[in-house]
Amino acid sequence: MKELLRRYGHTLTWIFVALTAFWLLVLVILPQLYLLEESFRLYLPLADIGGPKDVYTLANYRSAFEQPTEWKFWLPFAWKPIILPFEAPIRMQVFVHTLLYSTVTTVITLILCYPVAFYLAKVANPRNVPLLFVGLLVPMWVSEILRAFAWFIILAFKGPLNMALVNMGIIESPIRWITGFNSVTFGLIYVYLLFMLLPIYNAIQSLDTNQMEAAKDLGASSWRTHWRVIIPHSKPGIASGCVMVFMLAAGSILVPTLLASTQSRWFTEIIQQAMFESQDWNTGSAYAFMLLVTCTVFVIGMMRVFRVKLSDIAR
Amino acid sequence: MNTSKSNWLFNFYIFIFLLYMLLPLAVMGGAALNDSRFPSVYPWVGFTDRWFIELFQDTRMWEAFRNTILVAIAVVIISVPIGTAAAILINSLAGKTRTVLYALMVAPILTPGAVIGISTLLFWNKFGVAAGLHLSALGQASYISAFVMLMVLARLQSFDRGLEEAALDLGANYNQVVRRILLPHLYPALGAGAAIAFFQSIENFNTTLFTRGTYDTLTVYVFSKVRSGITPTINALALILIVVTLVIMLYFEFARRRREKAAQARAVTREETAKAEAIGRDQPQAAFPPTQ
Repeated sequence: MKELLRRYGHTLTWIFVALTAFWLLVLVILPQLYLLEESFRLYLPLADIGGPKDVYTLANYRSAFEQPTEWKFWLPFAWKPIILPFEAPIRMQVFVHTLLYSTVTTVITLILCYPVAFYLAKVANPRNVPLLFVGLLVPMWVSEILRAFAWFIILAFKGPLNMALVNMGIIESPIRWITGFNSVTFGLIYVYLLFMLLPIYNAIQSLDTNQMEAAKDLGASSWRTHWRVIIPHSKPGIASGCVMVFMLAAGSILVPTLLASTQSRWFTEIIQQAMFESQDWNTGSAYAFMLLVTCTVFVIGMMRVFRVKLSDIAR
Repeated sequence: MNTSKSNWLFNFYIFIFLLYMLLPLAVMGGAALNDSRFPSVYPWVGFTDRWFIELFQDTRMWEAFRNTILVAIAVVIISVPIGTAAAILINSLAGKTRTVLYALMVAPILTPGAVIGISTLLFWNKFGVAAGLHLSALGQASYISAFVMLMVLARLQSFDRGLEEAALDLGANYNQVVRRILLPHLYPALGAGAAIAFFQSIENFNTTLFTRGTYDTLTVYVFSKVRSGITPTINALALILIVVTLVIMLYFEFARRRREKAAQARAVTREETAKAEAIGRDQPQAAFPPTQ
């Protein structure tokens, strides 16, 4: 602070502080606190606001645990649900499915991206890398909704994928891809893949190639070099990619709306329902806060597991 | 590191991966040219440009387009000064204060867009500010400022503070230090930050959906089109976006190559005098977006 005053004087320092304070207080912290406060209040007609019914309550959160129904549980990549032998609250079922499939998406994108990131950073001829990146980044710059829309076309019952597979004789009759959580998972993986690729690429790229050479010279196999040298070095990138993909997937609205089947609902749809259909912003904010807590827990969990700092994840 | 057989497998995997990234876009773009009412490339009915004509005649699309650009400009105007100020501020701090402030600043990046949208809507509604594009701009700026902050902060790491000291010692006033010393060093980061802010804003859907009120932006327009009955006009829009993106990216890639070549040519002419210096300075750098 003193440092700033000495370099830029009172007026400029005051401007820097004011701009930052406006951002953090007015745009970030106060809205979130207000969201939290509203989530503990009831959705009341105007006349009752400030009256005896206007109290703090857990009713909005409790509503997430109401209406127990039969649970049709979808295992990853299953074509039929398992009917669990107990009932569960309908919104909790959606919540658990959302967490499960966000995690599945995160794990699959990690497995798909790590070899590519390694290839781009250490194997490919550096002259070709920029052109490869042009190819990889075009989908990134074409917006999220269009990436999801592309899969909507591809996975359609009479769409190109089914037609191609049938014509090649791989399958006899078209597959209904938009079943359970299959299409949502395909969509989420494609749409958020690059948020995994780029941080891991950056992390592996910063590894000194001599370290890999040294491991090899000392007799380590290729696998062992990856496991003991490259992956430990790229931990911050992996953590960063996982956090981003999980958060984007769990909070995705576009992909589930476009690609969900009748049986697969996403937690953001529950939030939208409360906000737009029931116009109950209090319950909506309670559900939104649950989503926020989930993502925060995931971030903290990743920081613990990978022993990285927040400044490694977001930079 | 690898035997030739596993290398072959590896290259094959990269090829498949690229195909996986690009084929969906080709399918989507191709469907824009197919004369079939449902967007598809198969069966191929025949070449048509009518989806483009229909798209250009859609006044709602043009309005959404104008709104998108307006919001994006507003976001740039809000988030670039905020991000820059925040980066300068945090760069001068150390220890616990820095850690806490840094966490607060990057938290919006790790927050789902829907949560940002709902909290912005509720908060401003409390003060009687109704939903609309102005709230979309504020909501988007709350996390886009963090991207600008990170980019400017990275640039500040290579800033020689001695220059500021020297300017002050030589009698410059504070405004001159910022205008003549600090800002010129930050210009590349500010330009890149503004570009990222602009494109992030155009892309945004989740925050906009909750704050927009009754206004459309391009993403919301596409969303409602897709929901209400799909026509290949969306594919026409997609194809235009793909082509524009590709042209811009290739332009920058070739500009980079030209610069690289020019740098090499310069290096050759100066070879005797400053060999090492010339090669070290003009390292190629691809234009990567930030982590989000």
